[in-house]
Amino acid sequence: MTSPAPLVAVPVRHWGRWVSGVLVLAGTAFVVNAFAHADVHWSTTRHYFTAHAIVQGAGRTLLISVLSQALGIALGVVVAVMRQSGNPVTGAVGWVYIWFFRGTPVLLQLFLWYNLGIAFPTILGHRTVDVMTPFLAALLGLGINEGAYMAEIVRAGIAAVDEGQTEAAQALGMPRTLVMRRVVLPQAMRVIIPPTGNEFINMLKTSSLAFAIQYQELLRVATGIYTSNLQVWELLFTVALWYLLLTSVFSIGQYYLERRFARGASRELPATPFQRLRANLTKAPRL
Amino acid sequence: MLQAEQVHKHFGKLEVLKGIDLRVERGQVCCLLGPSGSGKSTFLRCINHLEQVTAGRLSVDGELVGYRQVGDKLYELREKETAAKRAEIGMVFQRFNLFPHMTALGNIIEAPTRVRRVPRDQAVARARALLDRVGLADKVDAYPAQLSGGQQQRVAIARALAMDPKLMLFDEPTSALDPELIDEVLEVMRGLARDGMTMVVVTHEMNFARDVADTVVFMDGGVVVESGPPEQVIRNPQHQRTKSFLRKVL
Repeated sequence: MTSPAPLVAVPVRHWGRWVSGVLVLAGTAFVVNAFAHADVHWSTTRHYFTAHAIVQGAGRTLLISVLSQALGIALGVVVAVMRQSGNPVTGAVGWVYIWFFRGTPVLLQLFLWYNLGIAFPTILGHRTVDVMTPFLAALLGLGINEGAYMAEIVRAGIAAVDEGQTEAAQALGMPRTLVMRRVVLPQAMRVIIPPTGNEFINMLKTSSLAFAIQYQELLRVATGIYTSNLQVWELLFTVALWYLLLTSVFSIGQYYLERRFARGASRELPATPFQRLRANLTKAPRL
Repeated sequence: MLQAEQVHKHFGKLEVLKGIDLRVERGQVCCLLGPSGSGKSTFLRCINHLEQVTAGRLSVDGELVGYRQVGDKLYELREKETAAKRAEIGMVFQRFNLFPHMTALGNIIEAPTRVRRVPRDQAVARARALLDRVGLADKVDAYPAQLSGGQQQRVAIARALAMDPKLMLFDEPTSALDPELIDEVLEVMRGLARDGMTMVVVTHEMNFARDVADTVVFMDGGVVVESGPPEQVIRNPQHQRTKSFLRKVL
């Protein structure tokens, strides 16, 4: 018996896609044209993109973001575990922490840390104003604020792990801390990582608020330059490009991190875009 | 090995166990039968202190579960002490509860290496032997999601055995399995019983209970309705409640 001839049919035509595509292209052309003819010196934007001061500012933005996010994750895990430990003291401390740091603006918290000397004139025998540099105030302000959000994300991740997992681990004689570290948290990671990536990308941008307490991050450096040369648009675009570059790089990193922690959750992981590309290049074209 | 006297358990106002008396000797297999909601699983979970007994006494190997007695006063055990006692009791769950982020081997060596601090290569050798014993020597590096239900349950049994338990608890180990996968798990359990493992098994598998159990306990409504050797309880039940239950499942 031979198999029947393949069906030949006219595919559905998607006229709407053509029309909307043309409209989007027209809109883009209009905006690009407006900017191209505006009184903006794009060469200045390009020039400052690699200028030493701007690169240094971007480096500081990256540094403060990474450190603050790390502090936030550490605090978040600790507070989330504290809140569900069954100990009423740690539970209450965790609740108050989240209540305060999630309930007030981060900019206000930055000012509080920067002016900590008003309440504590000296820290360990040093004058607080000397210790509390813009860098330290930014790190504490951003990191501790972030911890409150991370605590809620981690708590949701812990809650998403099946209770049977804890029971099985306990039945094997594992004490609570070991159950948390080896069984619950690694599985919670799968739920925790996507929103954490989101938080970090947010942090890259929110770190620009440290500008208000004199920390020389990307935006602060750029404003410093344009108040003297008055090329406001040019420098704001330079800064925008840097932020886009940073967030793009970390979005890619997040993708691979999520794959790493999806282990065991599905039978086979889907190919990465690069793997697909390589497969498409080496494989004979399908007709 | 296991002794229960008038064990009660309440969940708030709900009384799940209303005075359970039970003895299981070393090397014996005890099967708990009964309709769902009769308190079998709750009783099993009390044995390794996953649930706390509200009244009565429950002891394993002569030691109270969850408490220490000094004079006539009871002291609650610290978390570490409870964990150490649990390490000596293996438990197999209805839903397997393998750790999905670890391979079969990883699941088995986790507790020996982290709780007992057995050197890793020694634990790995033991885990391979156990996987061989449950017929899964070729699944060492498989993740739970890549295994069938019956295979997962056999890994779970190997995981519990890796701690060299003196008592094994089985909570409906075959209830979540497709019919054709049940036998491979029961076969492993039969082998354990032959080797002299002390086992308490909550099950609906009447053939298994009849062939393997030394004692069969029929529970309903939080009490032991009747108990005895299988030929007595299953072949010749005395109570109306037992008779009507067995008519439905046999």
